Amino acid sequence: MTSEKAQQLLDAAGVDETLHRLASEITAGGAGEGLLLVGIRRRGVQLARRLASILQDTGGFNVPTGSLDITLYRDDLHQIGPMPIIGMTEVPGDIDGDRVVIVDDVLFTGRTIRAALQELADFGRPRKIELCVLVDRGGRELPIQADYVGLTVDASARDLVEVRVPELDDESSVTLVSAAGAQ
Amino acid sequence: MNDKRPDSGLGKDLIGLETLSGETIRAILDTAEPFKEISERAIKKVPVLRGKTIVNLFFEPSTRTRISFEFAEKRLGADTVNVAASGSSVVKGETLVDTARNLEAMRIDMVVIRHGSSGAAQFLADRIPSNVINAGDGQHEHPTQGLLDLLTIRDSFGRIEGLKVCIVGDVIHSRVARSNIFGLQKLGAEVAVCGPKSLIPTAIESLGVQVFAHVEDAIQWADALNVLRLQLERMNAGFIPSLREYNRVFGVSQARLERAPVDTVVLHPGPMNRGVEIDSAVADGPQSVILPQVTNGVAVRMAVLYLLAGGAPERAEEAKKGEA
Repeated sequence: MTSEKAQQLLDAAGVDETLHRLASEITAGGAGEGLLLVGIRRRGVQLARRLASILQDTGGFNVPTGSLDITLYRDDLHQIGPMPIIGMTEVPGDIDGDRVVIVDDVLFTGRTIRAALQELADFGRPRKIELCVLVDRGGRELPIQADYVGLTVDASARDLVEVRVPELDDESSVTLVSAAGAQ
Repeated sequence: MNDKRPDSGLGKDLIGLETLSGETIRAILDTAEPFKEISERAIKKVPVLRGKTIVNLFFEPSTRTRISFEFAEKRLGADTVNVAASGSSVVKGETLVDTARNLEAMRIDMVVIRHGSSGAAQFLADRIPSNVINAGDGQHEHPTQGLLDLLTIRDSFGRIEGLKVCIVGDVIHSRVARSNIFGLQKLGAEVAVCGPKSLIPTAIESLGVQVFAHVEDAIQWADALNVLRLQLERMNAGFIPSLREYNRVFGVSQARLERAPVDTVVLHPGPMNRGVEIDSAVADGPQSVILPQVTNGVAVRMAVLYLLAGGAPERAEEAKKGEA
């Protein structure tokens, strides 16, 4: 059976509202010096930039952003055959002593975040690393959790949580695509 | 993690650019871009080839290429062993295949080979299941040098298609020239060569290459010059009358460059003979991209190693059968 059911969890306004809430949570204790938002390619990068622009508009904070491509740090590269295309990693300046917030669209197994932590360590030693995700769908395979969560979804392993961002998908939304007959 | 994984088209080995498609060459250059950044990090190492063993098998002397490969391998986290012909059992008469099989028996994953005979890399690739990378074989090809030249030209102009590139000097003995010609043409550049008749292969026009007898004409025509090293031993073999004569007629000098209609970009694969094929003012001048070439060399080799490690297991199987 290939039939599936798509359910929109957040529309553009919902995503926007959620990002505003996340932005204010991140700066609840003040943005301070050395706050850096690092998005995980690809959609985490767009979300990090939007969070930074919200922080600029609402609090006047000028927060730098960066991007991480974690491909080279994946733990399954030896299993997957032809190598994936790699995107650019850009981490601005020296991150020693900074407070780095990793931003990603969906938190699932936690393996991407493990890879991101390992990659960040190669750029320096931040004072603190936190994690902000738009959706936490459960299903962790590693002891990793987010500090800032936009939306919690109880999805089964076969379900798909799709985050669309305007820069790549021409719309802003979060959709749960459930495999029919799951469970 | 459901990303697309288009096959780079590289297969098990990198022997030359002649047999690669333009698409594959572009995939390698695009992959090299993110690898540039790794060499700028505080910790210049990613774990992508962790646990892989690579043998650098150099039957000819090389400093730059060997070091560049070694940096690329180490920055990808591989374990490397260097074997130089002079200190190995090769001097005791061991054949290439026996050397390689012995290395295989120690469970290696990749071999980087430089050899004086054209075809040596392919010969090895057909007989061992490890990935084989040609680091220069005789007068055949030096594909990673060709790739780093392409990357450097692309960095300078933002494109390769439609550019005019002239290879100047000892073309006939040059595997670098061959890899450049194939690579540049596949990416849509026009290629010319320039040098004394004794150092230009006859019938090179059959490769679709224009020939300039005068370096001044080449400079008028070209967007980029790739100046080859004049191999000094050629002089004794009677290819050129003298080094001074060569410099006077074919040397790329500042005075000659200044007459060019555009700011010609100047490449040189090294090592340079300053004052012979290239003047110091040019080599160290603003139009020279010789040091960026060296930097790009590491990135391009990282890209090749990375893509080959993804591998084509079926080709490795074939080679295993051919081993018997």
